[in-house]
Amino acid sequence: MAVATGTSSTPVDLLVSVGKNQSTKTLLRVIILCFIAGAAIASRLFSVIRFESIIHEFDPWFNFRATKYLVAHGFYDFWDWFDDRTWHPLGRVTGGTLYPGLMVTSGVIYHLLRALTVPVDIRNICVLLAPAFSGLTAFASYLLTNEMTTSPSAGLLAAAFMGIAPGYISRSVAGSYDNEAIAIFLLVFTFYLWIKALKLGSVLWGALCALFYGYMVASWGGYAFITCLVPLHAFVLICMGRFSMRLYVSYTTWYALGTLASMQIPFVGFLPVRTSEHMPALGIFGFLQLVAFLEYVRSAVPSRQFQTFLYVGLGGVFGISVLALVGLTTLGYIAPWSGRFYSLWDTGYAKIHIPIIASVSEHQPTAWPAFFFDLNFLIWLFPAGVYLCFQRLEDEHVFIIVYALFGSYFAGVMVRLMLTLTPVVCVAAAIAVSQVLDTYLVARSPEPADNKEDDSADTKKASKHGVLRTASQPVVGIYNFLSKGFIAGCMTLYLLLFVQHCTWVTSNAYSSPSVVLASRMPDGSQHIIDDYREAYQWLRQNTKEDAKIMSWWDYGYQIGGMADRPTLVDNNTWNNTHIATVGKAMSSREEVSYPIMRQHEVDYVLVVFGGLLGYSGDDINKFLWMVRIAEGIWPDEVKERDFFTARGEYRVDDQASETMKNSLMYKMSYYNYGSLFPPGQAQDRVRGARLPDKGPVLNTLEEAYTSENWIIRIYKVKDLDNVGRDHAAAASFERGHKKKKATKKRGPRVLRVD
Amino acid sequence: MAPKKSAAATTPAPVPAPTTPTTAPTPTPSIAVAKPSASGPQSINQVAWNIVDYYQKTTPQRTKLIDVFMAFLVVVGGLQFAYCILAGNYPFNAFLSGFSATVGQFVLTGMFSLGELDERRQSGLDETTEANKAEFPSVSPERAFADYVVGSLILHFFCVNFIN
Repeated sequence: MAVATGTSSTPVDLLVSVGKNQSTKTLLRVIILCFIAGAAIASRLFSVIRFESIIHEFDPWFNFRATKYLVAHGFYDFWDWFDDRTWHPLGRVTGGTLYPGLMVTSGVIYHLLRALTVPVDIRNICVLLAPAFSGLTAFASYLLTNEMTTSPSAGLLAAAFMGIAPGYISRSVAGSYDNEAIAIFLLVFTFYLWIKALKLGSVLWGALCALFYGYMVASWGGYAFITCLVPLHAFVLICMGRFSMRLYVSYTTWYALGTLASMQIPFVGFLPVRTSEHMPALGIFGFLQLVAFLEYVRSAVPSRQFQTFLYVGLGGVFGISVLALVGLTTLGYIAPWSGRFYSLWDTGYAKIHIPIIASVSEHQPTAWPAFFFDLNFLIWLFPAGVYLCFQRLEDEHVFIIVYALFGSYFAGVMVRLMLTLTPVVCVAAAIAVSQVLDTYLVARSPEPADNKEDDSADTKKASKHGVLRTASQPVVGIYNFLSKGFIAGCMTLYLLLFVQHCTWVTSNAYSSPSVVLASRMPDGSQHIIDDYREAYQWLRQNTKEDAKIMSWWDYGYQIGGMADRPTLVDNNTWNNTHIATVGKAMSSREEVSYPIMRQHEVDYVLVVFGGLLGYSGDDINKFLWMVRIAEGIWPDEVKERDFFTARGEYRVDDQASETMKNSLMYKMSYYNYGSLFPPGQAQDRVRGARLPDKGPVLNTLEEAYTSENWIIRIYKVKDLDNVGRDHAAAASFERGHKKKKATKKRGPRVLRVD
Repeated sequence: MAPKKSAAATTPAPVPAPTTPTTAPTPTPSIAVAKPSASGPQSINQVAWNIVDYYQKTTPQRTKLIDVFMAFLVVVGGLQFAYCILAGNYPFNAFLSGFSATVGQFVLTGMFSLGELDERRQSGLDETTEANKAEFPSVSPERAFADYVVGSLILHFFCVNFIN
């Protein structure tokens, strides 16, 4: 090296020598990280640019509504918030059943900006929170990766990967104001603090880790992932014979403080001492105390005595604690694993026992292409990175390995858990890429090559080098410039492809608000389909303040957020029976549904129908789930089999089963639909079916509103008949079929129960 | 190592057999006593006495003082636990925060006394546990104390907040 700098100073060398300066390096690093954060934020803004600054999808609408409530009423009211405008007759203790981290974060940002006299709308904060936190996530993964490897480039690569990996972008585009928006940052940062605490064996870092763990618990139900992963890491380390006081200090600090912190959230409350998901953490806590005690005893007594002690003591304690755990579980003090958790082990479990969990599309098992779609070339670098971790195998590398194993398993079980896998994939892939680049990207050949050149020129210097060479490790390197260039070129190509893929995926797959749909006109211009907001706005302006809207639970949050009307059920599926009631009302005959709707004081019914536009996420396609959920509660009255044809097909045309044709959902979807088409031509474009000539007849409901493209149809529930007839008779009278006579003139209004 | 043994060695009698993890080491001697003839080369009683001997010989006065505090915490925690079992856990918040306060404080104090051990090692007082570690790279006694204070503050903040 001395030769190189001494003899020639080409511009490249000059540049390299500038980069060698420590402070310049730090500056460069800061600048690069800022650029990465900028890129992470920018690539999430597609939806804002294409559509507008709008909250997306379903759950974010609730979070948005809660945030507005928090900002308007203050923290204490928010904490005690009882919401009587959802789950209509029941209400919901919202303050005690949500993770407040997200709302509180945006509330704090809002008040901070206000204090700095920056007038900003709370909606814009909510829309842009996820991109802003993605920049922080990139930084956190930089820190985490730097703990793993000495290579200076790995951290930056990990930050870049994390910033633009579609697996993470899927949940953090602008407008996707969901818990995951901040939770992934907290997840990565908590892991970083845990590694730091473990490395230093410091109470302070452990306490910090516990604090961020508490923040994570306040933000996302996925905190259980940390709750299980950290004890598992500790357990693996103990099993590998790597118990150390550092482990003891960091783990016990984290557990003692973190558990208390997690119990501060009302929604979590006593769960950490009551449920089985949290028991591994408690068990490892006790186990560590035991191991630490044994370590002390081992230093105190001779080894033969220690053996006796070990057998008697350890066996006794282990037996007692297992017995205690089993006993407490059977006595009901500790809840057994919850259904959602079982479905993680047995993917068929939810389908049989809890249809409401299985009905959510993001709880389905992941398809293989999804891994490539979401992670691109990171997914095949991931095993290489894990292998490199095996090569070094310090405590922190064990963490990456454990995390990789569990993350991949869970990501395979549930689509949404791809999110928890993405950070470790980014870290491992960055380690692999930086290893490759560090080897191949050095233009100068390794030492021995220099020596051969020097041999002829300067023998004195060569001998000096020779001495050094024997003293140092044997240099294994790549000498051929061609292979260097080839591999480096390939890697660059892959990296470029990755960036291109990420941008493409983000722009095409993850940037649709799903509240506003976009389609292309024949001339290529963009056509916005805004039926949802149109219909919700209609509700807001044309119905009473407290008109109850019945719809399937998917749309509950949107109705609450956009139309500001009370709903029967919403996406916080806390009461299965109530949802099943709505499912039963939707899937039964009118005569059965009407009393149910009267009992629940329903004023309007809202259905989503995509038949005209070919919008496949509509209620007829979700209908079977309503039937299944209703069947779970009323197996005698609703039967899934009746909705299929004799040959077992799910049809909507004239072959459809009688039950299907008479169900309220079918009638509401296709009511009057034939009038759009010439006679006999009515076509459902989603299911590609020709509908029967004679459309369904509705007696108890009347059409109130249908949006421009028929996506949303709203029906008003008819009041009881003025002259006491039942609705079928009244409707047939209206149509001109004369009845003999009305039975009663006018009586007290009674609820008709058929 | 000092923290653990205190649980067993200084207070074998007062704590009967609480099933909590922190005090888990305590049941071991009592079980051992119940078993008269251990299959090992030496009886378990003697092992227990050895440990007590070792503790009394090698532990300096300062650490013993800390250990007394820890023993006190174990007693308080045990009392709370006994109350919870006997009289019911009605204000469960209060019980949990009180109990976790003792557990957390016990653990933190244990780690603090580890820092003390470190200090002794640095000043050359303690050469018996040389195999133990050069594991704490950056823990000076002042730093250990500061960590201890910070940890305790956080702990008690949460406990007070949780106690209702």
